[in-house]
Amino acid sequence: MIWGVLQFPGSCDERDALNACELHGDGARLVWHESRELDGVDGVVVPGGFSYGDYLRAGAIARFSPAMEAVAEAAAGGMPVLGICNGFQVLCEAGLLPGALLRNVELRFRCHQVELIEEGSGERLSIPAKHGEGRYYAPEEMLDRLEANGQVAYRYADGHNSNGSVRDIAGVTNERGNVLGLMPHPEHAVDPLTGSTDGLRVFDRLARVAA
Amino acid sequence: MLIRPKEGILDPQGKAVERALPALGFEGIGHVHVGRMVELEAEDPERLGELCEKLLANTLIEDYEIQTL
Repeated sequence: MIWGVLQFPGSCDERDALNACELHGDGARLVWHESRELDGVDGVVVPGGFSYGDYLRAGAIARFSPAMEAVAEAAAGGMPVLGICNGFQVLCEAGLLPGALLRNVELRFRCHQVELIEEGSGERLSIPAKHGEGRYYAPEEMLDRLEANGQVAYRYADGHNSNGSVRDIAGVTNERGNVLGLMPHPEHAVDPLTGSTDGLRVFDRLARVAA
Repeated sequence: MLIRPKEGILDPQGKAVERALPALGFEGIGHVHVGRMVELEAEDPERLGELCEKLLANTLIEDYEIQTL
């Protein structure tokens, strides 16, 4: 599987995402935000950072980039798309994922290792989180629908929801399951050197969608 | 355009401002909400609603109001 990693002005995690994709798949390349082509990749990562300075709202400007148009089209065709942190915000703003991400409840930028639980399998993952606007929000009736459809992918384990996300939600998918947004950073947890390789399991999950 | 958090959505910025007020001697102030204001000049004000819907506000979490001067 060849991964493409989008690169916006203000992205800062695209190199780690590229490294994670290289470890996980058969290759990876960066896709510049002005590109309308994804150059034959099999999956896309929308990485973390502060795209276009996060002006207006996080992800609000990035969603209009040519590369995001290409991503929306590919996602509609079933291509796996992983949005991490700012990438999650971009996918929500683009309407490819339900909900929105708001300022953390304590107004602090939080940077720490968190425990996540994969919905369904119940597997625990230990990966880093670092964000100031990671409080997942969706109206109650939308949340009920997401849960009924199995679109809640990951929740923070007890005591790990430091941003105040509703129903402890850390990651959601679209209805089809091929677009996944996650606030913590699986791309930073791919090498035993940094304490955990659990992040690779997130990439695996999406690769299974592609298969 | 005035853009503010929707009623009922936790607004930690508003809360932080509210909590700071008593220390400054401002009593009896509540329900503080922090939003933003966008000023612009438009030749065709007809389309400003669409502009708010598409870009300036995220209508899932924010309400907007257009004032023409």
